Amino acid sequence: MTLYLLRRLLSLSLTLLAASIVVFLVTEIIPGDPAAFMMGINADPAAIAALRSELGLDQPVAFRYLNWIVGMLQGDFGQSYTYRVPVSELVGDRIAVSLPLTLYALALSTLIAFPAGVFAASRRNAPGDIAIMGVTQLGVAVPNFWFAMLLVLLFAITLQWFSAGGFPGWDAGVLVALKSLTLPAIALALPQASILARVMRSSLLDTLDEDFVRTARAKGLSRSQALWGHALRNALIPVLTIVGLQFSFLLAGGIIIENVFYLPGLGRLVFQAISQRDLIVVRSVIILLVFAVVAVTFLVDIAYAIADPRLRRQRR
Amino acid sequence: MTNFKTVTATVSAVALILGLATMPSLAAQTDITVGMQLEPPNLDPTGGAAAAIDEVVYANVFEGLTRFTADGEVVPALAESWDISEDGLTYTFHLRDGVTFHDGSSFDAEDVKFSIDRARAEDSTNAQKALFADIQSVEAVDAQTVKITLSQPNGLFLFNMAWGDAVIVAPETADTLATDPVGTGPFAFATWTKGDSVALEKYAEYWGEAPRLDKVTFKFIPDPTAAFAAVMAGDVDAYPNFPAPENLEQFKADPRFTVIVGSTEGETILAMNNKKAPLDDIKIRQAISHAIDRQAIIDGALFGYGTPIGTHFAPHNPDYVDLTGQSAHDPEMARKLLDEAGVSDLTLSLKLPPPAYARRGGEIIAAQLKEVGITAEITNVEWAQWLEDVFKAKNFDLTIVSHTEPMDIGIYARDDYYFQYADADFKAILEELNKTTDPANRSELLGKAQRKIADDAVNAYLFQLPRTGVANAKIMGLWPNAPTQANDMTAVYWVD
Amino acid sequence: MSAPPADRNAEGNFLGAALRHPAFIAGLVLTLLFVGAALLSYLWTPYDPTRLDIAAKLQTPTSGHWFGTDHFGRDIFSMLMVGARVSIAVAIIAVGIGVSLGVPLGLYAAAHRGSLLDEVVMRGNDLIFAFPSLLLAILITAVFGPGAVNAIIAIGIFNIPVFARLSRGAALSLWTREFVLAARVAGKGRARISVEHILPNLMNLLIVQGTIQFSLAVLAEAALAYVGLGAQPPLPSWGRMLADAQTFISLAPHLALFPGLAIVLTVLGLNLLGDGLRDLHDPRLRRART
Repeated sequence: MTLYLLRRLLSLSLTLLAASIVVFLVTEIIPGDPAAFMMGINADPAAIAALRSELGLDQPVAFRYLNWIVGMLQGDFGQSYTYRVPVSELVGDRIAVSLPLTLYALALSTLIAFPAGVFAASRRNAPGDIAIMGVTQLGVAVPNFWFAMLLVLLFAITLQWFSAGGFPGWDAGVLVALKSLTLPAIALALPQASILARVMRSSLLDTLDEDFVRTARAKGLSRSQALWGHALRNALIPVLTIVGLQFSFLLAGGIIIENVFYLPGLGRLVFQAISQRDLIVVRSVIILLVFAVVAVTFLVDIAYAIADPRLRRQRR
Repeated sequence: MTNFKTVTATVSAVALILGLATMPSLAAQTDITVGMQLEPPNLDPTGGAAAAIDEVVYANVFEGLTRFTADGEVVPALAESWDISEDGLTYTFHLRDGVTFHDGSSFDAEDVKFSIDRARAEDSTNAQKALFADIQSVEAVDAQTVKITLSQPNGLFLFNMAWGDAVIVAPETADTLATDPVGTGPFAFATWTKGDSVALEKYAEYWGEAPRLDKVTFKFIPDPTAAFAAVMAGDVDAYPNFPAPENLEQFKADPRFTVIVGSTEGETILAMNNKKAPLDDIKIRQAISHAIDRQAIIDGALFGYGTPIGTHFAPHNPDYVDLTGQSAHDPEMARKLLDEAGVSDLTLSLKLPPPAYARRGGEIIAAQLKEVGITAEITNVEWAQWLEDVFKAKNFDLTIVSHTEPMDIGIYARDDYYFQYADADFKAILEELNKTTDPANRSELLGKAQRKIADDAVNAYLFQLPRTGVANAKIMGLWPNAPTQANDMTAVYWVD
Repeated sequence: MSAPPADRNAEGNFLGAALRHPAFIAGLVLTLLFVGAALLSYLWTPYDPTRLDIAAKLQTPTSGHWFGTDHFGRDIFSMLMVGARVSIAVAIIAVGIGVSLGVPLGLYAAAHRGSLLDEVVMRGNDLIFAFPSLLLAILITAVFGPGAVNAIIAIGIFNIPVFARLSRGAALSLWTREFVLAARVAGKGRARISVEHILPNLMNLLIVQGTIQFSLAVLAEAALAYVGLGAQPPLPSWGRMLADAQTFISLAPHLALFPGLAIVLTVLGLNLLGDGLRDLHDPRLRRART
């Protein structure tokens, strides 16, 4: 087990190292000079040069890469070029929006998907199942930014129940803040709920077909007893894996929705940072997101390995 | 459609009634929320070019020796008065008494000397360093007097000192202005909720007339749809530079709002790369100018707001010469000029920066050029890319951009400027202009300069960028025009 | 001579089964509709989709303009037809990149299981999977500039690991099957077995996954175009039409309605088609259904 853990940890570190090189190089070859962008169209070349040296952009590439990596290992993510505050502070502010939004969307999606999936599975091929599967097919096909626009049109502009965007901050009160996250969370949750409901249904149907459930039924359990008593618990494993994946997807994938609703979240931070060439922010946030994905995968692998010792030998 | 509109109207009517019923109708409101499209990256007007910085802090938080008024006039600010020597080389500024910075420290001549020396220093990161280029020395004569000596006479010096980049800051706080601006203005910086808003509060010790507002919040809503909904719902009280002209009709129809239409200093042009073949041929540049229908662009991209221009000069300036007729929309003429130049199947790159006037205007221009047989290949670029690719590397044929600095016809005398005009005759005119102080002679020379660049069809001149804003009908005192990028809140108040 | 255990009976029954599968039919019809519209747009559109008529802007649907006109007075129906062409072309090429690079990598990795290259391929896959895809796509287009070609590259890169992983996994289980062992005993090399015996048996799987990736690519293209990184004007693109429509949403909702519906119906059609194909190729499910 220890050997397995070490092996996995090594591969995790190598992935992160490779990711850091890729991200650094890509941001390095982006055309556009952060200093020139900040100084604008009439700037004096000497002033741009002065700013470049102030930002440390005149140092050699390898030096800046090592500086960045060593800094990150010590928990220092550098200072944003445009905002002139530590990147960690910016990220902290933005996570306070993105993380609750992600959890809100995930909660909504799970709350919709679980009952829908179970219901559909329990009425396989009946009208109810077909209706739910039809709706989820549609849900998967809807681009979330378009759905978001429709939500804005209906609830913000026509009915004026919600504001069309913006985030008042948690200081304004939890309920007020949650309200401003509601439309974005719905827009994010719909496609995820559709995927999850489909996974839930097929996972349940698969387990219902398995031998132990058949045995249970042969022993006289009704279909719904078998469903609730045996199948559900076992069907949850793939479902939870998907939920885990969706979490990291939503954390980074809310970028377009954050733009539509003008939320000061992590995705919008990177999006803006790319267009302002605030490269230090771009790099650090992407590495953090990669780290989140890799870490979640690692934990899932470990959990599987603990649950099923055979995997330790087979899994590659 | 009709149904949808009725529903909207009913809902807003209901909201209005409910709103009025719950609103305490005592004294007039003393706080205001102002919508802005872009969030400033930092709040130091002396260390960055972003217009959003000045839009928050100019005249509100920071002041300079002189300042712009709403009509673009230059008037005294921290300098109460000044004497100019006979030769025009020495300016003696008499500073105002009793001025304090928001941190309580007092303001004196040393602060002025520090601020100006800092801006023109070798390692200065002031984006408009050119404003200070003619300064030879700054001397604090006594606490209330500053003497500035120029290396050559400069008719625009007082004008230059009114810019946001020339505000006076204190040495103790100069390094932290980006996140904690400390100035001498009527409002002091209070809070900055990153990604959402900046709040200013009335500064009780202000030297001048106290502002009538206690609190000003600038809220950043870049998305035009969200901005529309925010104004409609009353989440913001005023949006002085509203990003979507298409929505203004809806505000006009609603008695709760006033729509404010003004002008900016932004000459919007289709810039051409004058050194790059085939645009080095004046006939082709003229053909492009004649192919363009300015009114269609104003109607299509700006929903009718905007004034056509025929040269690089602001129409509201008394020295403006209307030369639009010289490059009137005439596709026949355009085709004829292309024939004379001996080109057919011309393909040109058209690089468009992010603002809607450029992106929309570019699509319209591409369609208009197609009518005369020119293919414009559009590439949408971000500002950073535009600066690198178009402005610095001059790797473009056509681009659309609004030159928002006031009185900037001088860029045509800069050889390395991105459209690469580099014309000796024009430079001679400008040189003469810089030496001339007599207003009538200056006016004549300015006219000559305007005609010269129109005759040479350096660029295709499109329109003066409008400033279209919307505000609650009870708000008074907002600037209609934008002589500089600012949201001066000192004279703003609510009526009952 | 190669004897893949393809179910010959199933091939014969395919058409009959397909006709009894309503979702498959619906998916096929929708897909053909949009492919047809895209092809037809080369020959005919009601109006020139790039021709502006500012005076006729923001018209609601009429008999003259079936879906109305946009903010420049262009005919929305014509724009959608040409937009279908862009969406489909980007998606096909992007998935093509994924298949043509991912499948050989996956097959190679499976054939040389445990080798250094296998390890490199799989870790490389992990790396791409770990990146936030949309952010990386935005970065790629920031480097190379916006445009349809760069959107294709950005989407294509993320399709490589999907197909590499899929074909490696499926190929690994095939390598243990008797017909492959027989081929090895007969002295065939790994590469030859991969091409002659493994690949044909992956075809069904690849077609099904390809359809699903295709629909995801249509969505991804729309998202990239929506943030301004897809095909450049004047070439119409569904995602950019939605972006342009956004400020008009209260004034002229139809500008946002039709391009959105076009995306939804195309993706829906492809998903139904993919699901249908999977059902039809999986005898177990087919039995379960009847």
